[in-house]
Amino acid sequence: MLHHITLTVNGDAFELDVDPRRTLLEALRDKLELRGTHLGCNTGDCGACTVLLDGEPVPSCLVLAVDADGHEVTTVEGLVQDGQPHPVQNAIVAHGGIQCGYCTPGIVISSVALLKRNPHPTEAEVREAIAGNLCRCTGYQKIVEAVMDVANGK
Amino acid sequence: MWRMASNPPAFSIVGQRIPKLDAIDKATGHAEYGHDVHLPGTLVGKILYADVPHARILSVDVSRAKRLLGVKAVITGADNPARKFGYGADNTPLKADKVRTRRDEVAAVAAVDEDTAEEALELIRVEYAPLPALFDPAAALAEGAPLVHEDKASNLFTRYNYSHGDGERAFDAADVVVEGDFDLPYVTHGAMETSFCLAAFDLQGRVTLWSTTQIPFLLQRDLAEALGIPGRDIRVIQPAIGGAFGRGLDVYPFEPIAALLAKAAGKPVRIAFTREEEFIASATRQPAQVHVRSAAKRDGTLWARDARLLLDAGAYISWGAVTPLVMMETVASLYHVPHARFVADVVYTNNPPTGAMRGYGNPQSTFFVEVQMDELADRLGMDPVEFRLRNANGPNEETPQGLRITSCGLRECIGEAARRIGWQTKDNSRQKDREPQAEDKASHLRQGIGIAATLNVGGGARIYRSDGCGATVKVDDFGRVTLITGSTEIGQGSETALAQIVAECMGVCLEDVTVLNSDTSVKPWDVGTHASRTTFIAGNAARRAAEDAKRQILEAAAKLLRVPAADLETRGRLIFPRGEASRAVSFDKVVRSMHYREGGNVVVGTGWYDPPTHLVDKDTYKGNISAAYGFGAQAVKVEVDIETGKVRVLRIVAAHDVGRAINPMYVEGQIEGGIQMGIGYALTEQLQVREGRILNPSFLDYRVPTALDMPPVESVIIETADPEGPYGAKGVGEMGVTPTAPAIANAIYNAVGVRMTQLPMTAERVLRELKKKE
Ligand code: FES
Ligand code: FES
Repeated sequence: MLHHITLTVNGDAFELDVDPRRTLLEALRDKLELRGTHLGCNTGDCGACTVLLDGEPVPSCLVLAVDADGHEVTTVEGLVQDGQPHPVQNAIVAHGGIQCGYCTPGIVISSVALLKRNPHPTEAEVREAIAGNLCRCTGYQKIVEAVMDVANGK
Repeated sequence: MWRMASNPPAFSIVGQRIPKLDAIDKATGHAEYGHDVHLPGTLVGKILYADVPHARILSVDVSRAKRLLGVKAVITGADNPARKFGYGADNTPLKADKVRTRRDEVAAVAAVDEDTAEEALELIRVEYAPLPALFDPAAALAEGAPLVHEDKASNLFTRYNYSHGDGERAFDAADVVVEGDFDLPYVTHGAMETSFCLAAFDLQGRVTLWSTTQIPFLLQRDLAEALGIPGRDIRVIQPAIGGAFGRGLDVYPFEPIAALLAKAAGKPVRIAFTREEEFIASATRQPAQVHVRSAAKRDGTLWARDARLLLDAGAYISWGAVTPLVMMETVASLYHVPHARFVADVVYTNNPPTGAMRGYGNPQSTFFVEVQMDELADRLGMDPVEFRLRNANGPNEETPQGLRITSCGLRECIGEAARRIGWQTKDNSRQKDREPQAEDKASHLRQGIGIAATLNVGGGARIYRSDGCGATVKVDDFGRVTLITGSTEIGQGSETALAQIVAECMGVCLEDVTVLNSDTSVKPWDVGTHASRTTFIAGNAARRAAEDAKRQILEAAAKLLRVPAADLETRGRLIFPRGEASRAVSFDKVVRSMHYREGGNVVVGTGWYDPPTHLVDKDTYKGNISAAYGFGAQAVKVEVDIETGKVRVLRIVAAHDVGRAINPMYVEGQIEGGIQMGIGYALTEQLQVREGRILNPSFLDYRVPTALDMPPVESVIIETADPEGPYGAKGVGEMGVTPTAPAIANAIYNAVGVRMTQLPMTAERVLRELKKKE
C-alpha cells in the first residue's frame, strides 16, 4: 500500500506516493533524484545521509518517508542559492577539507545547522557537531578549520 | 603547515594550495559516485554467502528463487564454469565444489528491486557437508592439517626469506638485544562509499563496468579471465570514488558476478554492498603474529634485526599476500641495519581473505620495528631521538637490501618532529621513571611523548613487471588543455596535482586544464593507483606528455614568430621570444594556425613513464623496487589515565619528506588522513573475528576515529627535491599512517612505563599491562 505524502524539499513542494517501509533517504535519492545525500550505512552510524528536517540535522536513513509528510527538508543541493554555494561549502572547498567527498554533504549540513543555532562556536563545539559524521579521508582538521573560518567571518 | 625547502620553489602553479578540481561539485552534492549511476532498467544484484567456514557443497536448489515474481536471473557455481582469477589464481566468482570461508559466494540473484532480491536469496537452499576448518595460521601449518585448497600441497602459500649480514652471529656480537612478540589485528578500509559495481552488456556481447576499482586495466584483464571473454570487449568506467585505501587493488568475486548476472538477465545489474557486507565481504589488512629481535652496540650503533612473521592470508590469495615485500623493507632498511633477517610465512586459513590496505604491510612492520628502536634506546640509556638520528638513513646511500636512496630527509624529519613536540623541554623530560610531580600524584593522568619514523616507497613500487603509466595531452583551438591520464583518482587529489604539473610545464593557467581519467576506452594504460605512486609515476608521464605537446606548439609558434623554438618562452597562456613579452602570441592562436593550414596537424602529446627500477630478485628479495623513497617522523604527546587505562592523543607533529609538495594542502590532507587511520589502528579499530565470522560489522562496533577523537595535527613538509620526481615530488599517500601507532606506543611507555605490543591499545589492554607492572 502506497502512502500519499506532501513535503517541501529545498523550497519546492512535492507530492509523492511512497511505500511505508521506505526511508526519507530513499525517497530523496530514488524518487526526487537528489543524489547528493549519500548512503553510507543505513543504520544511523555514519552521517553521510544527513539532511535538515525542519531545520534540524537528522540522518535521513533513520526517517521514514511517510514521517516527513508535511515537513520541510533541506539537502546539500538546496544550500546553493541563486547559483551561490553556501559559505560553508565554499570554505570547505578552499581549505582542502574534501578528498573523496563522500562524507562532505553530510558534514556540510551538520555544520550549517550548527552555525544557525550557534553562530560563534568554539572548535570543540564544531567537533561535537560533526562527531556523528564519519570521514575516512581527511582527519577532519581542514573541515574544522573551514567551519571555524566561516564562524569567524573570514 | 610548516614547510622547509632545500631550495625555494620558483614555480608558479606547482607548490600552490589549490582546491581539488572537483571539490565544488562534491561540496554541493553534484559529483556522481558509483552509487548514483542509474541506467534504465537496471536490476538489483545480491549475493548469497555461505556463512559456513569450510564445507563441501552438496546441492544448491534455486528453483523457488527462480519462480519468485520479479526475479530475472539466479546463478550458481554449477552453471558457470570455474574460471580462476586473482593473484593466487585460486578464487572463482561463484563456488561450485566447496566453500572455504563464510563469505564465499555461493549463488547470486538479479531482481527488479532490493526486497525481491533479498527474498529470493532466502528461498535458495544449499546443502553442505562440513569440513574441519582452520582459524589459526599456526594450526594450518601443522602436519596433517586439512587443506584449504586441495589442489595445493600445503596451506603454506609462500615463504619470504630475506637476509643480509651475519645472521645469528650478529646477535652474539651485539651488546644489547631486545626481543618480543607482537600481535597485530585485522582492520579494514572502511571507505565511506561501499563497494560498487554496475555491469551492462550491449547486443554485441561487450560489457561496460562502472566500478570503485583502483586498477581499471588489471580489472579488465582479470575480468576477461573470470568471464572467459576477451579483454577488448570489457570497458571499465570509474565514477567518483568514495574512498578506497587499497580496497580496490584486487578484483573481487562481486565484480564478475555482476557481469554474469547482467549477462544471464539481459539487463544491467548493479551490486552495491550494504555496510555490513562491506565489513564482511571486502578485504582486510593482514593480521600478523610476529616474533622480533633487535640488537645494538653499546656505542649506540643499531646492529641487527630478526623478524619472524606468521601472516594469515585467509582463504584466498590477493595482492595483499605480497605485503611482506614492504614489511621486509622496513625491517632491513629503516635506519642503517648492518645485519637483518626476515622470514614471513603467508598461510591459507578459513578466515576472511585479506588484501591490500594503505601502507601495504608497512603499518605492521613499522610498529614492531619502531617499538623495538625505543626499547633499544632505553636499554642503552640513550635518548630515543639521538639513537634514531645516529642510525638514520641519509641521502645517496644504497642499503644492503639494494634500495637506492637518493633524496632523503629522514634526519630533518626526526629533528623537526622532536623539536616541535618539545622533546627537550623540562616538563617533558624523557625520564620514564621520573618521580611524579606533586600534582601528578594526585591526578590519575600521566602524560608522555614518543616518536617513530617511517620509510616508504615514494617513486612507484615495481611489484608487477611494469610500473608504468601513460598520458596524453591535447590542446584545442580555444586553448583548452586536456590531460588524459591512465591513473585513477580515489579522492586523494592526484588529478589536481597532475593538472598543476601540466599547467606548470606548459605555461598555461590551471583553469585551462581538464583531466580525464575515468574510462579505459579513452585513457592510456596504467598499472593502478597503489604504493603512493600516482603523483610520481603519473606525474612524470603527464609531464612528458605536456612537454611533447608543448614542443609541437613551440615549433608552430617558431614559424609564426620567425624565432627558433628553443628561444621561446611560455607563461600565462602566452608564447614569446625570451625576454620579449610584447611579441607574444597566445596558445589558442598557435593551435589554430596548425589546424587551418595545408599540411597542418593536431596537438596531441604523449608520455609514458616506467621508472628505472627492478623487480626484487626472486631468491634474495634484493633490488631497488622504487625510484625514490619517502621518509617521515611523527612525534606524539599522549595522556594515559592510570585508573582506566584510557589513552588520549593530545597532539601530533608529523614531519614528512615528500620531495616537493606539488600541492601542500593535499599533502597535508594525506598526512592528516593517514594519521586518522593510524590513530584508529593504534587505539580503537579491530575486526573481531571468531571462527571465521566477523562479529562487529558496523560503524557502531568498529570504531573509526571521529572529529572528537582527533588531536590537532601539525604537519611539517620537508622538501628534498627528488632528482627523479616530477618537479622533485615523491609519493605521500601512505606514509602518514605508518608511524602513528608506534609513536603512540612509545609515548605510552614514556608516560607510564608499559610496553604495548598488541594493537589496538585499548583501555582494557593498557590497564592490564599497568596491573602487571605493579
Ligand atoms: S547512511 Fe544514514 S547514518 Fe549512515
Ligand atoms: S572526504 Fe572521503 S570520507 Fe570524507
